[in-house]
Amino acid sequence: MAVQGNLRTAPPRTSFFNDPVVRGIIYQVVVAAIVIGFFAWIIVNTAQNLAAQNKSTGFDFLFRTAGFNISFTLIPFDRSSYYWEAFLVGLLNTLLVAVIGIFFATILGFVLGIARLSSNWLISRFATVYVETIRNIPLLLQLFFWYFAVLKAMPAVRDSISLPMGIYINQRGLFVPKPVPDDQFVWVYAAVVLALVLCFALSRWAKRRLETTGKRFPVLLSSIGLFLVVVAVGFVLSGASVSFDMPELQRFNFRGGLELPPEFVALVFGLTIYTAAFIAENVRGGIQAVSHGQTEAAQSLGLKEGDRLRLVIVPQAMRVIIPPLTSQYLNLTKNSSLGAAIGYPELVNVFTGTTLNQTGKAIEVIAMTMAVYLTFSLLTSAFMNWYNGRVALVER
Amino acid sequence: MNQVSQTESTSAAPGGMTVSDTDVAIDVVGMHKWYGDFHVLRDIDLRVMRGERIVIAGPSGSGKSTLIRCINRLEEHQQGQIIVNGTELTNDLKRIDEVRREVGMVFQHFNLFPHLTILQNLTLAPIWVRGVPKAEAEDMAMHYLERVKIPEQAMKFPGQLSGGQQQRVAIARSLCMQPKIMLFDEPTSALDPEMVKEVLEVMISLAQEGMTMICVTHEMGFARQVANRVIFMDQGQIIEQNEPEAFFSNPQHERTKLFLSQILH
Repeated sequence: MAVQGNLRTAPPRTSFFNDPVVRGIIYQVVVAAIVIGFFAWIIVNTAQNLAAQNKSTGFDFLFRTAGFNISFTLIPFDRSSYYWEAFLVGLLNTLLVAVIGIFFATILGFVLGIARLSSNWLISRFATVYVETIRNIPLLLQLFFWYFAVLKAMPAVRDSISLPMGIYINQRGLFVPKPVPDDQFVWVYAAVVLALVLCFALSRWAKRRLETTGKRFPVLLSSIGLFLVVVAVGFVLSGASVSFDMPELQRFNFRGGLELPPEFVALVFGLTIYTAAFIAENVRGGIQAVSHGQTEAAQSLGLKEGDRLRLVIVPQAMRVIIPPLTSQYLNLTKNSSLGAAIGYPELVNVFTGTTLNQTGKAIEVIAMTMAVYLTFSLLTSAFMNWYNGRVALVER
Repeated sequence: MNQVSQTESTSAAPGGMTVSDTDVAIDVVGMHKWYGDFHVLRDIDLRVMRGERIVIAGPSGSGKSTLIRCINRLEEHQQGQIIVNGTELTNDLKRIDEVRREVGMVFQHFNLFPHLTILQNLTLAPIWVRGVPKAEAEDMAMHYLERVKIPEQAMKFPGQLSGGQQQRVAIARSLCMQPKIMLFDEPTSALDPEMVKEVLEVMISLAQEGMTMICVTHEMGFARQVANRVIFMDQGQIIEQNEPEAFFSNPQHERTKLFLSQILH
């Protein structure tokens, strides 16, 4: 056709608005304008409202005396402490519950997840009932249950339930003996560090021995043995002793020992039990995601069951388990704010509760609290991205 | 069970190795298997001599795969005996592991370990099962990778290889355990047509070296070329078995004739 040459030199005219590049630029400009406009409006509006109410802004309130007390603190705190110390107390209490909750929820979750895959009818059915029940009841309700129905229903201090090893339970919480190490105990700590180093060296040596001679070495058992022996020797040689500060019933309450308030116990219990149900599902899903062909291939190579799990199944299951597991950790940390409802002094309770009420610094207080949770989340996802990048399967 | 001409004569395998007639590698006697109520394998009798190459053919669902999966106990049989290398398969885990160490298996879907490199796939079992030092295991792995003609892929991961390459790695992985018997469960069925040949070539060269092999396959050309015996199965039974020439040119059973007419165009 004669037009062909013309086609090449003069392409058919596209409408200006149908050009994808132009469209892209227009969309971006519009979105940017909306976002900037929105924030400008918020800031101006807030500033005007604050000015109208004669309120000042700024973080200088943090260095004023708080004037209130907190029932459960990890650092010294009293009425004359500053608001920033209250913030720190709340933060530490949140972290304490989160760390302990994550620890137990992980163990319980893995046990339940594996139990759900068990070929034993009773075990797998129990795990299924647990997961389906706990997952489908609101967490707040479960916290109320543990706090009001279980712990607050405990007997009064006078009639405390006495458990072996000097542990007492009553309405006011759990009272356990408090270990008090003496000065020589430094040597025991040193022995623990030494033992850990030795165990590490042992596992390196065992790995090298396997590679050079092909002989296997029972690393786990011998590491446990080595650890116990070294620590025991350190304990005996240093002459260290540890005494226990036993809780003792006085006229109105227990004196001495370590007191765990019922709010704390209920929150740890509730969070652990609730989150474990979700972790169990993640674990089950991860293990089931590894195709049966992998097990068969490992079997046909003569690998024993323990090696099959350790070398073939678990490494593949972990890359499926870890991402949702991390978000469960994050959920647990955020859910710990529900502790405010049963009076546990965590960050939301102490800071966005009492502190906000007393100072009226709504914007600053809320921003700081949100920043804390946001930091947790960002750190977690940064870790996740790093981990995912490391273990991603290489394809093409 | 129908008439069968048991080929007890495996005189001299190509490659110069002479195989004794009395040297039994696998003996299956009166074996039955059920999946629940479904009778998958009925009264299977099969004796495989050392160095023998057997091809099992048959329509899908006839129990061919199940039969060879019973031989290394990936499936459990309920009645009868399976004796591999003189070891009878029972519930005894030690015996099962003993048999599996000596029997290599190649799967339709390769089943390479995707989280390990090709080299690690090959050295895993020698190191952890046989206790071979790592350096030695790696030398051996490279040797077998050269045999299947892909030594340059050693540091890659399975996901980076083509199907044919993955299947050759799977064969090499089994060979690294230096098995006495190799089982192939439809090794070329999941491959693109142009990759079938490279896998078959590896299998043919193995056969020429005198490896005892049982192959479930639809590659009738392969059966003609390397098999001592072709076994035809239908509905969980061995219907007919014969030397390849006689099997293809003069099938005895109606079911066999029908099957052959459908696959040989």
